[in-house]
Amino acid sequence: MQRNPQLNANGELQHLLSIEGLPREILLQILDTAESFVGVTERDIKKVPLLRGKSVFNLFFEPSTRTRTTFEIAAKRLSADVINLNIALSSQSKGESLLDTVANLSAMHADLFVVRHASSGAPFLIARAVKPHEHVINAGDGRHAHPTQGLLDLFTIRHYKKEFGGLTVAVVGDILHSRVARSLIHGLTTLGTPEVRVIGPQTLLPAGVESLGVRVFHDMRDGVQGADVIVMLRLQNERMSGALLPSAQEFFMKYGLTAEKLALAHPQAIVMHPGPMNRGVEIDSSVADGPHSVILPQVTFGIAVRMAVMSIVAGN
Amino acid sequence: MRILIRGGRVVDPASGRDSIGEVFLADGKIAESTGTPDRTLDAAGLVVAPGLIDLSARLREPGYEYKATLESEMEAAVAGGVTSLACAPDTDPPLDEPGLVDMLRRRAKALARARVYPLGALTVKLEGRLLTEMAELRASGCVAFSQANKPIADTQVLWRALQYAATFGYPVWLRAEDPWLAKGGVAHDGEVATRLGLSGIPAFAETIALATLLELVRATGTRLHVCRLSSAAGVELIRAAKKEKLRVTCDVGIHHVHLSELDLGYFNSHCRLEPPLRGQRDREALSRGLADGTIDCAVSDHTPVDEDQKQKPFDEAEPGATGLELLLPLTLKWGEERRLTLAQTLARVTCDAARVLGVASGRLQPHARGDVIVFDPHAPFHVRPENLKSQGKNSPFLGYELAGRVRATIVDGKIVYEER
Repeated sequence: MQRNPQLNANGELQHLLSIEGLPREILLQILDTAESFVGVTERDIKKVPLLRGKSVFNLFFEPSTRTRTTFEIAAKRLSADVINLNIALSSQSKGESLLDTVANLSAMHADLFVVRHASSGAPFLIARAVKPHEHVINAGDGRHAHPTQGLLDLFTIRHYKKEFGGLTVAVVGDILHSRVARSLIHGLTTLGTPEVRVIGPQTLLPAGVESLGVRVFHDMRDGVQGADVIVMLRLQNERMSGALLPSAQEFFMKYGLTAEKLALAHPQAIVMHPGPMNRGVEIDSSVADGPHSVILPQVTFGIAVRMAVMSIVAGN
Repeated sequence: MRILIRGGRVVDPASGRDSIGEVFLADGKIAESTGTPDRTLDAAGLVVAPGLIDLSARLREPGYEYKATLESEMEAAVAGGVTSLACAPDTDPPLDEPGLVDMLRRRAKALARARVYPLGALTVKLEGRLLTEMAELRASGCVAFSQANKPIADTQVLWRALQYAATFGYPVWLRAEDPWLAKGGVAHDGEVATRLGLSGIPAFAETIALATLLELVRATGTRLHVCRLSSAAGVELIRAAKKEKLRVTCDVGIHHVHLSELDLGYFNSHCRLEPPLRGQRDREALSRGLADGTIDCAVSDHTPVDEDQKQKPFDEAEPGATGLELLLPLTLKWGEERRLTLAQTLARVTCDAARVLGVASGRLQPHARGDVIVFDPHAPFHVRPENLKSQGKNSPFLGYELAGRVRATIVDGKIVYEER
């Protein structure tokens, strides 16, 4: 097996490509650093000079508004210069290869690349190609990983539940196509969560999903029983009807989170969703806006977590 | 030209001979009597064996000359000890017309390197809709008919194609893969694909297609050669079919005997192959099946791909690995791991392949074709781009040190390669 390509020779975080394979200490370092940035984001002057003079290139090969914006805000709060490139509309359509695009941007003296790509593993390819002082942060690659989302989910869980030791976490919906689920599951198992459950129909669970260290449930009522954390995943529009699912309505009937199903969970359970939500498909509005929901705090914490990741990799 | 090879360890898998001795070639054939040679090769400390027969090598002509040319790949073949090869019809345009086959054969012959046996397309443009003019293609030199990596989805067409081929006794070489189950997949549908977020091709994409093919062989009597088996369950189906005395043979890609899904590591695009590398159990079953004869031959499935097409995310990278120059060392490595004799090991890439191909090569008996190699089974072969003659430098084994180097290759009684 090759050396973990995310770590430098000293075992420090050089790139953030995936939560899988990262040691517990690094995950905790990121969460603790993020904790210190939460204060910054609540101040009147929301800036610290940690990345002053550095250039952050947002390289989005797949359209995204939300994730790109949160990375942009995080970089600006660290005083970095941010350049947004919507590659989906430029170089790639002119036939330039991925590595040529990166080489060109590197020639413009980038310090940090934030990459989103529709193909699993694309950020690994880029990380192998960049110069030693450049860093790559995966902002979502195919179905593989979305590590900063996973980290902000971990941060949110720790914020409300304090520790992972006694928790039961249920992840519900389209696990097959979800990079969010993969990243969160690896993070939860690394931090010692005793029970991680995945809930969904067989068509939306990948082959051998148990090998990730999860328990599989097909019945949502069984799956949320006693859960401390319920993470609802987004169901992409194009997957709502076809060979994987008959309809959004039937999905909601079986796997949508309603107040009635939520009542089976732990009384202090929190409900999370990576956004954007499909109300009435994954989640009922009364739950999304209800007292158990921490969906909006997730977004706020997301900025602190991304600040933490950027400042840590840029410092290594 | 009369050539005497002396002092070497002569290994003839067909007869089981394994002894120090001489091999004499005259008039393009293995000869019995020792006349005065024009050239004497000293093979002391080396192995003298029949040239390798590779049932799957892509030469990329016509149409993909930017990936490789006949010149480069024929050099690679003889440097790898491959004296005969069958090439798949997935060129551009595909080999579905006699004129294309004719041109390819003439070009290959003019280069005077390895023997080239083209496989004709079973359907026009490999589209799986219309049958090709098989009799015409046969007359122009196609040894069998194939769909390369484009399985026929329509089982009505598949049935008719096999019926038609069976009418005239033409062999059909097909991969067993259900195109619907394989659609969009880039890796084995297992733990590694789940972890890496790659879309999977389940093993039953192979067994379902294989069960269909075997049932059609029962119905039509076609001589079927199954190409590139990839799963343990597939090996079991072939084993049962052979027990039943169906006219079926099969091969495995030499990479699949050594590698599994675990070798994908962090999205190593050199491990993007067709069929995909499957689980450890599958790999073990393929290796064992090749040893016990359930699988008749090992092939290189040589597919030169240029570096740009591999420097891409895994799912966008072009599948395939270079193989002509790795077939011998990887076959030797397999034989060693399974504790086979050298004769048993080489059989899978010489006389057994000749039997599938239906040619009089792959043996060292008198009057057999004068295709002979001399190699050092222990000399290190460093798999590095600069050590590969093929234009394709794409290999999962890049950086490895393998054992087995060809010192000389003789085709049709002429020395076509000698290591300096």
